[in-house]
Amino acid sequence: MILEEERKMMTKEKLLEMYEKMVKIRFFEEEGVQLFFKRILPGNVHPSIGQEAIPVGVCSVLREDDYITSTHRGHGDIIAKGARVDRMMAELLGKKTGYCKGKGGSMHVADLDLGILGANGIVGAGLPIANGAALAFKMAGTDQVCVSFFGDGASNTGSFHEALNLASVWKLPVIFVCQNNQYAFSTPQRTHQNICDIAVRGTGYGIPGLCIDGNDVLAVYEAATGAVETARKGEGPTLLECKTYRWTGHFVGDSGTTYRTKEEVEDWKKRDPIKLYREKLVAMGTCGVDELEKINQRVKKEIEEAVVFAQNSPDPKPEDALEDVYVDRYIP
Amino acid sequence: MREITYREAVREALREEMKRDEKVFLIGEDIADLGGGFKVTAGLVEEFGPTRVRNTPISEAAIVGAALGAALIGMRPVADLTYIDFTTIAMDQIVNQSAKVRYMFGGKAKASLVIRVMAGGGRSTAAQHSQSLEAWYTHVPGLKVVMPSTPYDVKGLLKASIREDNPIIFIEHMLLYNEKGPVPEEEYFVPIGKAEIRREGKDVTIIATSRMVLRSLRAAEVLAGDGIEAEVIDPRTLVPLDEETILQSVKKTGKVVIVHEACKRSGYGAEIAATICEKGFYDLDAPIKRVAAANTPVPFAPTLENFVIPDEQAIIKGVRELFG
Repeated sequence: MILEEERKMMTKEKLLEMYEKMVKIRFFEEEGVQLFFKRILPGNVHPSIGQEAIPVGVCSVLREDDYITSTHRGHGDIIAKGARVDRMMAELLGKKTGYCKGKGGSMHVADLDLGILGANGIVGAGLPIANGAALAFKMAGTDQVCVSFFGDGASNTGSFHEALNLASVWKLPVIFVCQNNQYAFSTPQRTHQNICDIAVRGTGYGIPGLCIDGNDVLAVYEAATGAVETARKGEGPTLLECKTYRWTGHFVGDSGTTYRTKEEVEDWKKRDPIKLYREKLVAMGTCGVDELEKINQRVKKEIEEAVVFAQNSPDPKPEDALEDVYVDRYIP
Repeated sequence: MREITYREAVREALREEMKRDEKVFLIGEDIADLGGGFKVTAGLVEEFGPTRVRNTPISEAAIVGAALGAALIGMRPVADLTYIDFTTIAMDQIVNQSAKVRYMFGGKAKASLVIRVMAGGGRSTAAQHSQSLEAWYTHVPGLKVVMPSTPYDVKGLLKASIREDNPIIFIEHMLLYNEKGPVPEEEYFVPIGKAEIRREGKDVTIIATSRMVLRSLRAAEVLAGDGIEAEVIDPRTLVPLDEETILQSVKKTGKVVIVHEACKRSGYGAEIAATICEKGFYDLDAPIKRVAAANTPVPFAPTLENFVIPDEQAIIKGVRELFG
C-alpha cells in the first residue's frame, strides 16, 4: 500500500476533482442509457460504465494542450479530457448545439480546442492518428503529448502494431493506453489472443509495457505520470495496459450476459472503481463521505441540466447535412 | 519556355512548398536517401533534412494515420504511398478517417493532407502495381481527386493541393515521369476543379485522363486526317469535376468518347457519362462511348497488358464507331 505516498503527491483539490470526473462519467452514461431506452437518443451507445478510473487517471496527468484519441466507447475519455457534458449530451441527441452539430453522435464526439481528436467508430484507428499528433509536437519542438485510448480488441489490429512500431522508431511523445475490459464485443480475451497481458506486446516494439489495475484510479494516475514524463522528455512511447471490465453489454441493447456469466459481472461490480476510490479517499482522510455525497449531488444536477439543455436545443436544419464535407463550398 | 520532366515538376512543387512553409513535410517509404523508387523526391532530404523528409517502415496505415494526425494539429503533410494499389492497405485511414473527419466533427477539423500515388500500367508490373483505382476515391465524399497529365499541370496542381485544407488523392502515372513539357520558372498554380481543353475540335469530344490524354491527342491527329476534328478535354481533377467545360464541348460536338486506363466497369467514365446524360442529353446526337481497359486484372506479359489497356487504335476505333 502506498496510500501515504499518493496522498503526499496530490492535493485534496486534485483528488476530489478526479472523483468528480469519475462520477460525472458514470452519471452521464447512466443518463444516456435511459435516454436510449426512452427512444430520445438515436443510434448506438457503447457505455464505459465500470471503466471510469482509466480515463480519469490518465487525463488527470495531462495538460490542456495535450491531445487524446478515443474509441467507440469514448464518453469517459472525452469527459475526462475536459469536454462539457451539456454539449456532449446535445451531440448524443443529434442537436445543433452538440460538439459536432449533430453530425457525429456518440461515436464521433470531438473538440480539437480541448485536444480531443475524436472518439472513433473504427477499432484501432486512433493509434496511427495519435502518432501523427505526436509527430507534429515533436517537429514543432513542444513538450506536448498525445494519449491514444483503445481496447483489448484493438490490440489485434494491424493499426495497433504499425502504430507501436512507428512510435518506437521515431520516439514519438505518445502514450498508448489499453483499456482491457477483457471482451472484444462478445469475444473473450483468452480466445482472441494467446497472451494474458497485452503489455508484453510493447517488448516486441522496443517500448516499455506496464500492466496496471485499471479500476484503481490512483494506480492509473501514477503509471500515467511516469509514461507522460517519459514522453515529454523525448524518450518515446509507453504502452499502459489497464485491466478493467465493462458492466454493460457492448452497446445498449446487448445484455452482455450471453457470453459472460452473471457471477463474473457481479464480481467485477464489487470492484467498482468509484466505490474503491471513495473508500480510499475516506481511508486516506482526504474527506468524509458527506463531502463526496455533496459532489455526487452537484454532478447529478449538472447532468440533469445537460439533458434539459440537449432536449431544448434545436435540431439541425435538414440542409445542414450538405455543409462541412469540404472546407470550401458543397461539391455536388 | 524551358522544358522539364513530369518527375522534375513534381519535385519542384514539393521543394517550393517546403521552402515556403515549414509545416509542409514528406512522409513515406524510401523517400529520403533513395529519393523514392522512381527518384521523384531525390535530393530533397539533403535540402530539408530527415525531419521533413521522413522515411517510414512499410506501414501504410501508419503513414496515412500519421499524416492525418499531424494535419489535424496544423501541419501540411504530403504522404507518398508509391502505388495506388498500396492505398488498399491504408483504406481505413483514407476513407473512414481522413475523408470524414471534418464532417463528423461538425466542420471543426481540417485534414490538410495530400496522398501522392501512381496509377496505371504499361511497364509489366502486373496486377498489384498497375491499377487505376481513382474511381474508388471519387465515390468518397470529403476527398478531392486530382489526376494531372502534363508537367505543367502536375506542378501547378500539386502546389495548389498542398495549400488546400481538404484531403487530396493526388494521382500521378509512372509512365508520365519522363515526359517533358513547358513549365515556367516563375511561380504559378493550376486551380483544382478546372478542366483543360488540350485540342479544339468541332466533331467529337474526347474526355481523357492521365496518360490517356497523350494517347487521345495522338489519336486525334490521326482522326484529323480522316476529316474528324476531335476536341480533347483533360478534366485534370475528377473531384471536383469541371462539368461546365465538358457540357460546353458536348453542346458543340454532340458526340462523346470517354477514355481512361481504369477498367470500364464502374470506372469514372460512367460518372462522366451519367453527368452528360443528366445535364446535356439533348445536345447528344449519338450514344456516349467509353474506351477503357478490359474488365480484368492488369496482366503481366506485354502482349496481354497491351491488349487490355486502350491504345491509340482503340481510341480511333471508338471515335469512328460514332461516325458510322
